[in-house]
Amino acid sequence: MTEYRWIRVSACDSVPLREGRAVRLPDRELAIFNLGDRFLAVDNECPHRGGPLADGIVSGASVVCPLHAWKVDLETGRVERPAAANASCLAIYPVRVEEDTILVGIPVDMAGVGARRAKGEAA
Amino acid sequence: MNRLVVVGNGMAGMACLEQILAYAPRFAVTVFGDETHVNYNRVLLSSVLAGEKTADDIVLHPIEWYQRHAIDLRLGVRIVDVDAAAKTVTGDDGSITPYDTLLLATGSSAWRPPIAGLDQDGVFVFRTLDDTRELLDRAGPGVKAVVIGGGLLGLEAARGLQVRGCDVTVVHLMPTLMERQLDPDGGQYLAGRMEDLGVRVLLGRSTAAVLGHGRVEGVALEDGALLEADVVVVAAGIRPNVELAHRAGLHVNRGIVVDDHMETSHPDIFAVGECVEHRGVCYGLIAPLIEQGKVLAATMTGNRGPAYAGTVQAAKLKIMGVDVFSAGDWSEQHAEPVRYEDRALGVYKKLTLRDGRLVGVILVGDTADSHRYMEWLRGGSDLTAQRRHLLFPPPAADAGLDVAEMPDSATVCGCVGVSKGTIVRAIHERGVNTLSQLKECTRASTGCGSCTSLCHDLLRAVAPEFEEERKKVICACVPFAEDRLRDILRSQKLRSVQEVLDIYGNGVGCEVCKPALSYMLDMLWCGDHDEDRSARFINDRVHANIQNDGTFSVVPRIRGGVTSPAELRRIADVAEKYDVRMVKITGSQRIDLLGVRKEDLPQVWADLGMPSGQAYTKGVRMVKTCVGTDFCRFGTQDSIAAGIEMERRFEQLYTPHKVKMGAVGCPRNCAEATVKDIGLVGVEGGWQVVVGGAAGKGVRKADLLTTVETTQQALEAAELFFQYYRENANYLERTYDFVERLGIEKVRKDTVYAPDAVKQGLLDRLRKSKARARDAWQEGQQPRHPTQFIPLVPMETLA
Repeated sequence: MTEYRWIRVSACDSVPLREGRAVRLPDRELAIFNLGDRFLAVDNECPHRGGPLADGIVSGASVVCPLHAWKVDLETGRVERPAAANASCLAIYPVRVEEDTILVGIPVDMAGVGARRAKGEAA
Repeated sequence: MNRLVVVGNGMAGMACLEQILAYAPRFAVTVFGDETHVNYNRVLLSSVLAGEKTADDIVLHPIEWYQRHAIDLRLGVRIVDVDAAAKTVTGDDGSITPYDTLLLATGSSAWRPPIAGLDQDGVFVFRTLDDTRELLDRAGPGVKAVVIGGGLLGLEAARGLQVRGCDVTVVHLMPTLMERQLDPDGGQYLAGRMEDLGVRVLLGRSTAAVLGHGRVEGVALEDGALLEADVVVVAAGIRPNVELAHRAGLHVNRGIVVDDHMETSHPDIFAVGECVEHRGVCYGLIAPLIEQGKVLAATMTGNRGPAYAGTVQAAKLKIMGVDVFSAGDWSEQHAEPVRYEDRALGVYKKLTLRDGRLVGVILVGDTADSHRYMEWLRGGSDLTAQRRHLLFPPPAADAGLDVAEMPDSATVCGCVGVSKGTIVRAIHERGVNTLSQLKECTRASTGCGSCTSLCHDLLRAVAPEFEEERKKVICACVPFAEDRLRDILRSQKLRSVQEVLDIYGNGVGCEVCKPALSYMLDMLWCGDHDEDRSARFINDRVHANIQNDGTFSVVPRIRGGVTSPAELRRIADVAEKYDVRMVKITGSQRIDLLGVRKEDLPQVWADLGMPSGQAYTKGVRMVKTCVGTDFCRFGTQDSIAAGIEMERRFEQLYTPHKVKMGAVGCPRNCAEATVKDIGLVGVEGGWQVVVGGAAGKGVRKADLLTTVETTQQALEAAELFFQYYRENANYLERTYDFVERLGIEKVRKDTVYAPDAVKQGLLDRLRKSKARARDAWQEGQQPRHPTQFIPLVPMETLA
């Protein structure tokens, strides 16, 4: 079981409906998305050329990177398009809401250490 | 060889002849037409009057068709006598032509009611292409026109005249409009709509006389009212042309009487079309006449068998921009009405049922379901089980695109009488892949054109290599062609991207359709829509161009490329203060600050104190200019002033793709205006306005739109084209593809040569959009959302 450290990020209305926002942490940047019925969080770095996914257009539960239109599934972190890049994957983070505040869970073994989950590893 | 003489060169006669030729062409055919035109689509005359189509556009059978079938075509000859004993016809040119078989397709004429003064100059009927041309000669802005008759034809004439700028009054004897097609509620809705559009409608009023002294001056009504008039159109009904039939000794009532095999009382003489009376009914709409022609062709060619049993009368049309459909018997006597009405949406629907079967339909404002109702009318099936879903079918059956459930016998094209089965066979057996091939092969969609979208749907569903014919669906999320989608958004009054996706799409959308829909809504509602930033590309959320490292570039507006020392100093200061990675002079006479962080954008804009140059969006970029008469020895026009003014008129607006412009003071073209989307090229004594140029992936010299004398005229021509492009181009279609797709002739016809009312409409909508447009960089000080430009920082520190 992965252990998480839960971080209070921001008020829910900081992320508009169907948009994303970057979350700056000391050792990494997350992209957090408001899907209406829930929030999802991934690394804010497209596995392709590092594009800021938080700036992408949301399509269902996926986001399309603004740089070269790679499409990433926000639930699994898997690249949906291009098909050839299906194997690549980026880290996803659990999100929950408490009293109108978004909380993101950072795995304890990673939190604050500067370690980065290796790309390609399944979530 | 059997000598077949056809009297009448109209739609019904030629459709029948086409069928005859499709059997065994053992006839030597002669066709007499008293008009001087080849067979054209009379249904579309109102479009010619309105300037939407030219006379050439509505030709059904070009001269080559007659030649190909060795038809002896005699145009401009009216047949005045038939000698049934000698088997000859006599023309008004004195010619006598013998026949073995005679086909009367004489049609009908406008009825002239017994009103005094109808013989004056300025009184017109509206039946033929020549009538239309004469009317067009007189129509124009400010001309006072009175249309006598508020039926189908009268309203079409009124619409055309109104579009031409005339001041139109419709006088109708009956208490409601189009009483043959619409019930009082439907008629009232239409009258209200026409009044909204500026046409005066006088109902239940009778015309006493047309006044004037040889030339029309006014119209007097029975109740004493006087109307001023320069033009009077008489559209009080039609009468079958039966004089020749009388002379030939045929049995004639109101029309020439025929039986179910379309035979008259004489074995060698046949009749088809509006001049015919079948089971007591004279038909005036095209679809039944084509059905008659098919039966008659079988009878005449020795294939007697098919019988004509009459047609459920149905009319589908657009009156003053309102879709109207009417079919069957919609009177409420001995029938149960089922109604739906939404005044705000402008939709009225009524079905009438007798013994659980549909007998009549009226649809106003939304005719999408007309085909389903037509099937029910024709099939006569018991609808008791579907009673709850008559007006609103369960969602699965209402997918719009779901043509699969139509039976093969279902009629797709009511005008020509083409069934779904025929179309599907043409697709499978004849390799039909495009709409024009389908038209060629089956004639479907060559009548009124209202089945075009259904034909498209069938092609899309069935044809293995369906080609959209330069029209692509926008994307799989919202599978409609863009022009169709624009109609839907407009008619259904949809104002947000999510709403469109929920109703017409998959509810989700993607990076392709969302920005396209965003643009369409902005354009259609002139900026008065519910803008959803989540549906837009990041550039349009933060008004800067994202770079490959996630930073942004900033290009302030420098109109016409003319700047000042103070502006340049501020730009230099900003570049240093925000550590801009590169300052670059662009190819468009502007300055690009590259490598600005998103969170710095608001302050960068504030420090610059200049408006957005929109270098990041599908919108108005800039006008590149040469120095023109201000400094240049060769300049013939003030290109800087003209260019700056053009940039001011268009800036801040969104467009289907970027729009880059140029203005040059002489044909030396130093600012490359002839390879811009819109270019003003100064010449001695005037300007050439050129459009559709390109110097990108491809190079294309712009087409000449028009040549004008003054700068104001040049700017107005540019405005017309600009708005026309905004309204009609597909999203991400540059002007050079757009102009090439449509052809410059069509673009001219729809812009600089369009009727004044059309031009005014374009200009009005442009000004409306412009009035709502704002400099996007104002959002730096008043963000749309508190976190629009800034990343989130956790509320607690991470140890």
